[in-house]
Amino acid sequence: MYKLTTRTRAGTVTATLIVILVLAGLALPAVASRGMIQDLFFILTMLTLAQLWNLLAGYGGLVSVGQQAFVGIGAYAMFAGVILAGWNPVWAILLGGLAGLVLAVPTAFFAFRLQGAYFAIGTWVIAEVTRLLIAQWKTLGGGTGTSLPREATSNILGTDAIRALFSVREAAARDILAYWLALLLVVLVTGGIYWLLKSRLGLALAAVRDNSEAARSVGVDTGRLKWAVFLIAAAATGLTGALIFMQTARISPDAAFAVTDWTAYVIFIVVIGGIGTIEGPILGVIVFFILRSALADYGSWYLMTLGVIAIVVMLFAPKGLWGLISARSGLHLFPVRRRLTGPKIEGGF
Amino acid sequence: MIWVDTLAQGILLGGLYALFAAGLSLVFGIMRLVNLAHGDLIVFAAYLVLMGVTLLGLSPWVAALIAMPLMFALGWLLQIGVLNRVLGKDILPPLLVTFGLSVALQNGLLEAFSADSRRIPAGSLEGASLDLGIVTVGVMPLLTFVSAIAVIVALNALFYHTALGRAFRATSDDAVTAGLMGIEPKRIFAMATGIAMVVVTIAALYLGMRANFDPSIGPARLIYAFEAVIIGGLGSLWGTLAGGVIIGVAQTFGAAINPEWQILAGHIAFLAVMLLKPRGLFPRAVD
Repeated sequence: MYKLTTRTRAGTVTATLIVILVLAGLALPAVASRGMIQDLFFILTMLTLAQLWNLLAGYGGLVSVGQQAFVGIGAYAMFAGVILAGWNPVWAILLGGLAGLVLAVPTAFFAFRLQGAYFAIGTWVIAEVTRLLIAQWKTLGGGTGTSLPREATSNILGTDAIRALFSVREAAARDILAYWLALLLVVLVTGGIYWLLKSRLGLALAAVRDNSEAARSVGVDTGRLKWAVFLIAAAATGLTGALIFMQTARISPDAAFAVTDWTAYVIFIVVIGGIGTIEGPILGVIVFFILRSALADYGSWYLMTLGVIAIVVMLFAPKGLWGLISARSGLHLFPVRRRLTGPKIEGGF
Repeated sequence: MIWVDTLAQGILLGGLYALFAAGLSLVFGIMRLVNLAHGDLIVFAAYLVLMGVTLLGLSPWVAALIAMPLMFALGWLLQIGVLNRVLGKDILPPLLVTFGLSVALQNGLLEAFSADSRRIPAGSLEGASLDLGIVTVGVMPLLTFVSAIAVIVALNALFYHTALGRAFRATSDDAVTAGLMGIEPKRIFAMATGIAMVVVTIAALYLGMRANFDPSIGPARLIYAFEAVIIGGLGSLWGTLAGGVIIGVAQTFGAAINPEWQILAGHIAFLAVMLLKPRGLFPRAVD
């Protein structure tokens, strides 16, 4: 009669809205311009990376400054699959996820020996080492990088169908495919994280976040938890990296392992939106994109502003914009809190 | 013979890295603050010195002397105005704030000075060399190394023989108890960051005189500095020098084998030390 549930009205409304939004997103290429599809691709991939970093730092307490290692290795694995093994780029993206997972194992072995700040620096150094090693890989262009071969890009799985469906050119069809895959990925990642947080693992994560010692005393294996979070985030970051570079079709170590693009921006998105919530990165990526569009003509002023905003948010609203909204309104679009529901208890005091 | 030469170059290069790292080591040791903007602050100071040289026609040494109090004030204000507010048990807020500062500073410098690479003119010192019998070394690298040692001796004297140093050590060990004894940790932190910025100015002087710099090079310098600090161990300044030398020697030996391996070899040395000694070689403070 009584049950434990995380369901709330706001949660149900959000879920319905998201289904509608995703369906609209799927149909969007029919009416949207190529530029808009590219912008949305950018937003969706950054959102995916932000959700993953948020899972690591906001829920898992693993403040990594080296996520670009997984973006880069995923992208390079995808290129290797296409150029060396002749795979179709879409399937080669999966190779990117695998590469992220494989790299994460030695990284975790090493980095988990380090505490706090040492962990952050350690992950950064590993990302640098990976970049420098990849730059030695001459078949994939060494330090200058390479492009996807023409026959591979013109032959991507499903682009023919998209060309026929929307009667667009080949390059535009590739953008649409990449956009759909990004949409799929962001739904899977966000949905997956939400499911994770609602599961036993999520309960354990919340317990560790709130009080690590108390969590351990009731039998939560914190070490295994960290491994799980780190490996999941690495594999998904690898997939995202592979997808991003399938769309650009050109790669270089500096671009694929860029600490600014794949870690600094991502951290800003999470911080500005609100760390430790699923809503935060969504809000953050919107703010990030608006700023980017508004200040696009001012070159480096844009990044300067972003840096200053991150400082201001951290000083005056450490829980980010969503933290402010949530504290005022009590709104949780992705409820994870467990509540007891059922008929009112009569009698007693 | 060539190996002796490589070793000497590596040790001297380590002096430069120790200079980059000394300020960081001080701040990290006292307040466990990971200042991700440290590299960009070095570049900022280098531009400050360069402005003194080009606009006021000063010699680089005088320009650096003038830049020091300015940088001290900047460090003090930064600590009081921003960093003190985010320091706490959670390392994330200060990390994020200094990350923001790093990006803001880098792009501010880019806007002010363009992406052109610059250099602080060092006159006859550039390219001068000294024959030490077994090896011939550049005067500038030697001067850098001697300065690094001087800075570390001075900081150690401050740390172990003055009232301020006692307050530093007490705050480093236990800020709350130090507070009970009448020390105000926030003021101590501001002093520490101010002093770190003076060291940053010295590092900037050598950075600018030895090689070209541009607004984007901060993070790469930061990573070497961090490696030196972590290898050396929390709170040990001589350890930081040892860390710098290890990175420097690894880099020159890597470069001697294959020029492309220079930076990689430094990082691998760091990873190797971390695997064997996760807390560094000579940790003074307990984290």
